[in-house]
Amino acid sequence: MKKNFVIIITLILLLITFSGCSGNTNRTSSDTSSSNNVKSETYSNTVISEENITDNSQPLNSISSDDVNMDTILTKLDKSLLSDYDYSKLKNQNITLNVCNWGEYMAVNQDDYFDVNQEFEKLTGIKVNYKTFATNEELYSKLKSGGGDYDIVIPSDYMISKMIKEGLIQKLDFSNIPNFSYIDKKFVGLEYDPENEYSVPYTWGIVCIVYNKNMVKKEITGWCDLWDEANDNNILMFNNPRDAFGIALTYLGYSQNTEDKKELEEAASTLKQQKNLVQAYVMDEIFDKIGGESSAIAPYYAGDVQTMIDENPNLDFCIPKEGTNKFVDAACIPTAAKNKEAAEMYINFLNEIQVAYANCDYLCYSTPHTGVYSLFDDEIKTNPLRCPPDDYLNEKTEVFINLSDETNAYTQELWNQIKIEKSKSPWLVPAFLLISIALTFFLNIRRSRKKKQDIF
Amino acid sequence: MKTKILAVPYIIWMIIFTIIPLGLVIFFAFTTQSGKFTFSNIVAMNDYLDVLFRSIEFSVIATVICLLLGLPVAYLISRLARGKQGTMLMIVIIPMWINFLLRTYAWMTLLEENGIINRFFGLFHLGPFNLINNSGAVILGMIYNYIPFMILPLYSVMTKIDENVIEAAQDLGCSGFHIMTKIILPLSKQGISTGIITVFVPSVSTFIISRMLGGGTNDLIGDIIESQFLGNSYNPHLGSAMSLVLMVIVLLIMSLFNQFGSEEAVI
Amino acid sequence: MNKILSRTITAFVIVFLYIPILVLIVFSFNASKSRANFTGFSLQWYEKLFHNEAILTALFNTIIIALISSLLATIIGTAAAIGINRMRPVTKATIMNVTYIPIINPEIITGVSLMLLFRAFTVYSGFEFGLVSLILAHITFNIPYIIYSIIPKLRQMNPNLVEAAQDLGCSSAQAFFKVTIPEIMPGVLSGFLMAITYSIDDFVISYFNSGTTVETLPITIYSMTRKKVSPEINALSTIIFIVILAVLIIKNAISNYKLRKERLEYLASKS
Repeated sequence: MKKNFVIIITLILLLITFSGCSGNTNRTSSDTSSSNNVKSETYSNTVISEENITDNSQPLNSISSDDVNMDTILTKLDKSLLSDYDYSKLKNQNITLNVCNWGEYMAVNQDDYFDVNQEFEKLTGIKVNYKTFATNEELYSKLKSGGGDYDIVIPSDYMISKMIKEGLIQKLDFSNIPNFSYIDKKFVGLEYDPENEYSVPYTWGIVCIVYNKNMVKKEITGWCDLWDEANDNNILMFNNPRDAFGIALTYLGYSQNTEDKKELEEAASTLKQQKNLVQAYVMDEIFDKIGGESSAIAPYYAGDVQTMIDENPNLDFCIPKEGTNKFVDAACIPTAAKNKEAAEMYINFLNEIQVAYANCDYLCYSTPHTGVYSLFDDEIKTNPLRCPPDDYLNEKTEVFINLSDETNAYTQELWNQIKIEKSKSPWLVPAFLLISIALTFFLNIRRSRKKKQDIF
Repeated sequence: MKTKILAVPYIIWMIIFTIIPLGLVIFFAFTTQSGKFTFSNIVAMNDYLDVLFRSIEFSVIATVICLLLGLPVAYLISRLARGKQGTMLMIVIIPMWINFLLRTYAWMTLLEENGIINRFFGLFHLGPFNLINNSGAVILGMIYNYIPFMILPLYSVMTKIDENVIEAAQDLGCSGFHIMTKIILPLSKQGISTGIITVFVPSVSTFIISRMLGGGTNDLIGDIIESQFLGNSYNPHLGSAMSLVLMVIVLLIMSLFNQFGSEEAVI
Repeated sequence: MNKILSRTITAFVIVFLYIPILVLIVFSFNASKSRANFTGFSLQWYEKLFHNEAILTALFNTIIIALISSLLATIIGTAAAIGINRMRPVTKATIMNVTYIPIINPEIITGVSLMLLFRAFTVYSGFEFGLVSLILAHITFNIPYIIYSIIPKLRQMNPNLVEAAQDLGCSSAQAFFKVTIPEIMPGVLSGFLMAITYSIDDFVISYFNSGTTVETLPITIYSMTRKKVSPEINALSTIIFIVILAVLIIKNAISNYKLRKERLEYLASKS
C-alpha cells in the first residue's frame, strides 16, 4: 500500500514535469542565438521613411571605423583608444562608487562584451558597486528614503528636472568630464536641464510597440492596437501612471504633458476601457513575457525592443503612427554623493568612444555620442529603432516634462481609480479601525476576566 | 537579583528596535510632510479600501484551503510510525527552506500561457488556459508558500492525541466522520488557531507573490505599502497609515484566535 | 474511506509542493534559455552562475550578515532569557509579550518600521543604510526566536542545581558557566541555528533596510526575476535545494542513529 503510494506520487511528478519537456509544440521558443541578419529583415514598413538623417557635427578627435579593429572592439578594451585623461589619479584611495542604473542598461557581465565596470575598476582602482532600478519613480523613492548613498544615477528627462528642483542632484564639474564634447549639440541644454549643468546624456530613444508576428491577428500600426479586441488578453501595459497616461493621451491625440484635467480624465476612462483587454500591468517584466511568448503585444523602449527581436525572430516592432514619447536618460550625481570626482571620472569613462560604443551595441538604444554615431554602418543608421528619422522625431514625438505636483497627484489618483475600485464614504476606514481596536480590547479583556474566574 | 541585569541590554534593544519603530509608524501615520498632526492619511486610505478588502478576502480563502488540505495531511502524518513521521515532516518542510521568491518564480514558469501546465494540456489539444495574472494565481501562490505553516502546528497537536482515545471511539461505534468532528478537531483546536494565524498573517501582508502572479491588477495591501516607501508613489506618511491599518487587522485576528497572552496590553 | 481520502489529499499536497521545485531543477540543465521547452542537457547555467559576481558577492554578504547577526542575537538573547526568567511574573509577561511582536507582526511592518528608524538615524547622524543597518535589523528579528527557544529549557532546569554548585564552593560566575550554560546549551544551539536560517532566508525586512549599496542573496534573486530572467536562477535554486536536502538528511540520520542507540541501551538495561 505504502509502496504504491510512493510510486504514484513519483509517476505523477515525472509525467507532469516531462510533458513540458517533450517535443516541440507548435509554438517555438525564443532561441538565444542572435542572428544579425534578422535585424535588416524585420523592419516593419510603418510611417518611417529611411532617409533624412542629418549628419551630426563632427567632434574634434573622432575614431573612424578604419582605425579600429571592429572585431575586437566589443570584447577587449583597447587602452590606446582612450582619451588622455588621468584615470589613475584616485588610485589606492580605496574608493567605492555606487552606481544605480536601469535594469540591463550597461554592458556588465555579458559574454560578448568587455565588462564596463570591471575595466573601469582595473583602470582606476576604484571599486564599482552596480545596482539597478525599474522606474524613474522607484529611483526617486530610493533617493528620498535611502539617504542618498548613490554616486551616480541615470534617470530620464522629466525626473531629472524634478530632481534638480528638489535639490536631489548636484551641478557637475565639466572640466572633469572632457569627453562631454562628444555629446551631440542636439542633446545639450534640453528642457529638463536648460543650462546643462546637471546631466550628461547617456542614451535616448522612443517608446514603440513590440509584438509577436504569430500571435497578433491584424497588422499592427499604432497605439490603437493596444485597444483592439483582437488582441484580447494578450496585451501588456506599463505599470506606471506617467508612462501609461502618456500612451493613452497620445492615442487620444493630446499632449503627453497636458495638465488639463478633462484630458487626463478622458485618458483615464480610455485606460479603464483597456483594462479588460490587458493581460498584465508590468514594467521590466515585458522583456521576459514578450520574449518568452506568453504575451503578444506591449509598449516598450526601442533599444530593448531591438534586443528582443534579435533574440526571438518571431517578434517585430511598430513605430506608432499616432506619435510617441521620446526619452533621454542622462547620468547625474546625487547631492549626497561622497565621491564626486570619482563619479565624474566614471561619467567621463562612459563617454570614451569604445566604452560608449560597446554599451550602445549591447543596449541597441540610440546614442547622443557623436564618436559612436560615426562608427555606425549604414544598416544601423537607417534602422528606425536605433536612429529614428528626424521628421518623425520632430513631428510625432514629445519629451516628458516635469508636471506640477498637483497634476502628478491627480494622475496618481486617476491611476488608482483605474486599478482599484474606489469606495464612497470617507469614514469607512477610520470606522473600521475603531471597531477593530474596540473589538480587540473587548476580546482581550473578556479573556483575562475569564482567566481570573478560572483561577478562583 | 544580579541575574536580572543580564536582561538589560535586551530591554534597551527592544525599546530602540521594536517599540520606537512602531511608534514612528504611528507618528508618521498621523502627520503631514511638515510634521503637523492630521487624519488625512487615514482618510486617504479610503482610496485603497478595495485593495484592503481584496487582501483580506484572498488570505481568508487561502487560509481556509490551507486548513482543509492541512488537516488530513497532518492527521495522516501524526498516525504514522515514529521514524516515518520524521521523514514525512521533512518532506513537508524542505520546500519551505527554499527562498519564497524562487518558489513563486517557479509557479510563474508553470502557469504561464505557454508554461508547462498549458503545454501538458496542449498534448491533449486542450487550452491554453488562463492560469496566471488573475486572483486565483495569487491565492495559489499564498497556499503554496504558507501551507507548511498550517501542517506543522496541526501535526504537533495531533501527534499528542492518544491512539487509544480514537480506538475507544471506534469501539463505541463512531464513524470516521464522527471521529474527525467529535474527537480530532476539538483536541486539535490549539493547533488550528495557531495554523490560521501563521497562514493568515503572512498572506494578508505579502507583497511579492501578488506582483509576480497577479499581473499588476491584483495588488494587495503589501504592494501598496511597498510602493509608498520604495516604489512608484513615494509617500511614507500614507504608507505608515496603511501599515497601521494592517497592524490593527493582524491584532484583531490574533485576539479572535486567542493566541495573544491574556495579560497582554494592546501595543 | 477516511483513509483513502486523507491519503489522496496527502499525495496531492506533496505533488503540489514538489512540482515547482522539480521544474526548477530540470530546467536548470536546459541547453536553451526557454523556460517551457527542454532542448537538451547542458551545465552552462551552473558555469555562468559561478562567474556571476553579483550573485557571489550577495552570497558572501548573506552569510556574513547571517553569522554576525545570529551570533550577536544569541549572546543578547541568552543573557536576556536568563534575566527574564528571574523576573516577577507580571514584568516577565510584559517583556515576553513585547518580544512576541517581531514574531507575529507582518514582516513588511517590521521592515518598514525599522526603515523609518534608520532613516531618522541618517537624518540626525552620519548613519548609513548598508551592512550595519541590515545586521541591526536581523538581530532584532532573531532575538525573539532565541529567547523563545531558551526559556523552556530554563523552566525545565532544576533551580536547586545552581545552589548546589554554590554550596559546593563554586562562585556564582562559575556556577553560571558550569551549570546554567551547559543545561540550556541545546536551546541556545537550536535558537542559533534557527536564527541563521531565518536570517539567510529573509527577504522582506532586508529589502527595506539594505539601503542602496548592499544586496543579500534574496534581494539579488528578486532583481533577477524582473528583467531578462536567466536560467542561472534555476541553477541557483537547484544548488540551494541540494545543500538543504543534504543537511536535513544528515541531521535526520544522526537523530535516527541516536534514537536507535537509546533504544538499544534501554533494552540492554532491561534485560
